[in-house]
Amino acid sequence: MTIENLNTYETVASENVKIWFKAAATSKFPKNGGACIKYKDKQIAVFNFTREDTWYACQNLCPHKMEMVLSRGMIGEENMEAKVACPLHKNTFSLQTGENLNGSLKAIATYPVKVENGFVYVGFSD
Amino acid sequence: MQTILIVGNGMVGYKFCEKFVARAESKKYKLIVFGEEPRAAYDRVHLSVYFENRDAQALELAPLDWYSDNDIDLIVSERVTDIHRTKKTITTASEKEYNYDYLVLATGSAPFVPPIQGVEKQGVFVYRTIEDLEDMMAYADKIKKVKPGARAAILGGGLLGLEAGKAVMDMGLEPHVVEFAPKLMPRQLDARSSNVMQLTLESMGLHIHASKATNKILGNGAITGMDFGEDDTLEVDMLVISAGIRPRDELGKTCNLEMGVRGGIVVNDKMQTSDPDIYAIGEVALYNQMIYGLVAPGYEMAEVAVNQILKKDDVVMRPEIDMSTKLKLIGVDVASFGIPYMPADKGLSIIYENKTKGIYKRINVSHDGKTLLGGIMVGDAEDYSILHQMYLNNMPLPENAEELIVGSRGEGASAFGSAMDLPDAAVICSCEAVTKGAICCSVLEDGNESVKGIAKATKAGTGCGGCKPMISDLVTESLKSIGKTVKVRICEHFEYSRQELYDIVKTRGIQNYNELIDTVGSGHGCEICKPAVAAIFASIYNETANLQDTIQDTNDRFLANIQRNGTYSVVPRVAGGEISPKQLMAMGRIAKKYDLYTKITGGQRIDMFGAQLHELPLIWEELIAEGFETGQAYGKSLRTVKSCVGSTWCRYGMDESVSFAIEIEHRYKGIRSPHKFKGGVSGCIRECAEARGKDFGFIAVEGGWNVYVGGNGGAKPKHAELLAEKVDKETAIKYVDRFIMFYIKTAQPLQRTAAWLDKLEGGITYLQNVVIHDSLGIATELDAEMQAYVDTYKCEWKEAVETPEIRERYTHFVNSDETDNNIEFVDLRDQKMPKEWA
Ligand code: SRM
Ligand SMILES: Cc1cc2nc3c(=O)[nH]c(=O)nc-3n(C[C@H](O)[C@H](O)[C@H](O)COP(=O)(O)OP(=O)(O)OC[C@H]3O[C@@H](n4cnc5c(N)ncnc54)[C@H](O)[C@@H]3O)c2cc1C
Ligand code: SF4
Ligand code: FES
Repeated sequence: MTIENLNTYETVASENVKIWFKAAATSKFPKNGGACIKYKDKQIAVFNFTREDTWYACQNLCPHKMEMVLSRGMIGEENMEAKVACPLHKNTFSLQTGENLNGSLKAIATYPVKVENGFVYVGFSD
Repeated sequence: MQTILIVGNGMVGYKFCEKFVARAESKKYKLIVFGEEPRAAYDRVHLSVYFENRDAQALELAPLDWYSDNDIDLIVSERVTDIHRTKKTITTASEKEYNYDYLVLATGSAPFVPPIQGVEKQGVFVYRTIEDLEDMMAYADKIKKVKPGARAAILGGGLLGLEAGKAVMDMGLEPHVVEFAPKLMPRQLDARSSNVMQLTLESMGLHIHASKATNKILGNGAITGMDFGEDDTLEVDMLVISAGIRPRDELGKTCNLEMGVRGGIVVNDKMQTSDPDIYAIGEVALYNQMIYGLVAPGYEMAEVAVNQILKKDDVVMRPEIDMSTKLKLIGVDVASFGIPYMPADKGLSIIYENKTKGIYKRINVSHDGKTLLGGIMVGDAEDYSILHQMYLNNMPLPENAEELIVGSRGEGASAFGSAMDLPDAAVICSCEAVTKGAICCSVLEDGNESVKGIAKATKAGTGCGGCKPMISDLVTESLKSIGKTVKVRICEHFEYSRQELYDIVKTRGIQNYNELIDTVGSGHGCEICKPAVAAIFASIYNETANLQDTIQDTNDRFLANIQRNGTYSVVPRVAGGEISPKQLMAMGRIAKKYDLYTKITGGQRIDMFGAQLHELPLIWEELIAEGFETGQAYGKSLRTVKSCVGSTWCRYGMDESVSFAIEIEHRYKGIRSPHKFKGGVSGCIRECAEARGKDFGFIAVEGGWNVYVGGNGGAKPKHAELLAEKVDKETAIKYVDRFIMFYIKTAQPLQRTAAWLDKLEGGITYLQNVVIHDSLGIATELDAEMQAYVDTYKCEWKEAVETPEIRERYTHFVNSDETDNNIEFVDLRDQKMPKEWA
């Protein structure tokens, strides 16, 4: 796979959601951690912030070295902003805005998440 | 509104913009910047870092948005070709014309290419821009493919040349430095220090050819060698020219500004050229008949020009510019300040030289012994900042000036006062011209209590970074001065040090991370506190990483080291390095079945690489069935205990080192600690197991074992120190048990035993008192705690494969059985490896 077709992740704002994809049961996701789901050709990292009772989703691809690893990163918070640290070199990204918090890497794409009847849904525009 | 055009978007041109827009009055001006390079200004000083990460973005001084956010028009890939002084306009290569009220020339300099026959040949490069580096790397890759052991030469053994030497070495070429003068770095170093430098560099594999004048570049189309005359030649496949710089003063010439005889645009102390509306700053400006090839003077010039344009007439350039520098060249510290070397009638020199350690220090002191005039340091420049400050501020010297370099250091009192003794006006960060006064004020009045905070508020430490240790001292001392102790807190979520948290968890019996952050922390945690706290739980309850998996670092969370491409490695324990043929065959069979790359590690065992997440439990299940257990290669825990064959086979062996190593490895396996720790056991003082390079080591001697602690290899190698001599095995184990427990309880997160021992007040003597003489009365407690670890060990991989919920963690997708299709391997010497990063 080439970098060009890896770089196809684009943030979906909640008002632009056309499809709520039923990803998996909430119990499939670790507490206070992340896991990866597949949607069409995309790998999406989904994070379960159990303590705060919130969920986030973003591309699984780390823009630093283009590896599919963000779902395995550690989650946390910095000045009240939810973030994930890439497991490879600890670059951190805001899960709210996608921005790289400790450097100037390209921002990652984020996706809306909702939980209904014990299932996690991720919002896509196509 | 007035228009300022800036020609050149290099380091100094950028700094001008940054300083300009920071001023309130700047709103009345429009800035337009022209840059000939295809990208926005970047950090040329750290250009070589590009070889390591090829990350141009990381070098940017500011992202592109910064220019638009500050209303600056940045036009890249556009060279300014003419200045029309009467019309007050400029024209560009694409024939556009722009008006100006003020013009700032920051065109920098270009590498000087001497007129040697053949310099135009393929494979000859200069070293100034990112594009230069890319061309060099592409060429190096090409020649390496056709010629293993290809060589590259650098023409010029100055600062930049040596840096280029390191760069070609990192590219995998055999590096040769060719210098015209009889010594390296002729401008900064005297003959003796240059010699020390040369020896050190040669020991690192750099070939140095001094006193060589290059006549001709040989080769037909592409370079194949250099000719020095009289049948003296050097075969090389690539050449980097680093023979000095020439100011890019073309524009000054074409519009008849006053020029220096040897180039450079003449400026006065306001940075004005002979045309008062045109300023020149940075490496193009000739001030006091000199071109200053360093960033700090360039930044100062930018500051002056900003003030002059904004009508602050009293800010002018100092008459004398300090050219002191401290650099790390190929990992060797080199510094020079003031007058580095001089004839004896000007002053006295004190010289310390240690060729085996590659250290040379020289200071020059006035005849009356009262003032420091300058100096040179090679190999160890730790004291540069303070010496440089003493020089700049004319501070009084101690009675025995030699203490400044040979020092009554070590045992407490240093020959220097503290950084607080400096006058407030002392410039601490010369790149950004931040004074001691400004730093202390930022700490005391604005509450910036960390080096990072200071950097944000004052920019101090953001340039070359050389002043960071001093800033850190100033922060600590300023806080002390108002009775605040500097609190080591692990992160924004806990106001405690690791040791305090350890005690809290232990005394209050706290069971998990959530409970801890809810009782004594705030917020929800981060990637710094979570693993640190995980290690504390593991140390206190000896729990495996499986229990609280999401607070573990990735490697611990999945019980395997993550690799470059997101796959993992598998390392079973091979205690003491002893392995049977049957075990070897089992490992070979399993590695083959899962198509894993195998390698003998530096820790005397076998690593199997390239396992995908979902394969890990399957592989471990088979390994466990063959009698293997986890090697904890991923954990902050015992790694290996290296052994030599010892008296079992070796004719010199004094005792059975393998048996001892195996016993001790099984004793400490699985124990989680602040950082990883390693051991070694050697059968005699020949030390084949490198026991003194480990956190703990035993060496068999006549009459018992010598016990060493606090050594490591790695980034900052240190030999372990002698804890006890000629003791029997049981005693040796007892001491090391206590040493490890004491370390686990009191060290900072990620502090190896060597760093911990270094910071321990009283050092090894204190440690001896604690573990041998029980001076704290905690020996029984330490012994009991260690025994509890030993008794409760379990293999966490066994636990993982036998527990279905834990096994479930090992899938790439939670909603699909597919695997990661982004992983690609390529062939490597009959095995495989991850595809290169783009
Ligand atoms: C595999 C191995 C290299 C090899 O191919 O030989 C290795 C591989 C890694 N080393 Fe090492 N080290 C290996 C022996 C060493 C040694 C040699 C030794 O143990 O005698 C040293 C120097 C001795 C020492 O530690 O004092 C060594 C000093 C380091 C350091 C520097 C530690 C320091 O205190 O400065 C790091 C970084 C760290 O731990 O923070 C490191 C970190 C790493 C990591 C774990 C980096 C990482 O997080 O990915 C590497 C994991 C590679 C992987 O994918 O599994 N490795 N590493 C060796 C495994 C030994 C083993 O059997 O477990
Ligand atoms: C590898 C390397 C390592 C170094 N290490 C150190 C160090 O450790 N410490 C230190 O103090 N200094 C170091 N230096 C020197 C430092 O980089 C320079 O002093 C600094 O970059 C000078 O800034 P400047 O803006 O004057 O020139 P530059 O950074 O060269 O910028 C000038 C810019 O102007 C552009 N330009 C030129 N003419 C035109 C035109 N007509 N139209 C449009 N654009 C034009 C050029 O393309 C260039 O981008 C190092 C330099 C190199 C190359
Ligand atoms: S030295 Fe260690 S950490 Fe560095 S590349 Fe080699 S294995 Fe990795
Ligand atoms: S790959 Fe994510 S930080 Fe390097």
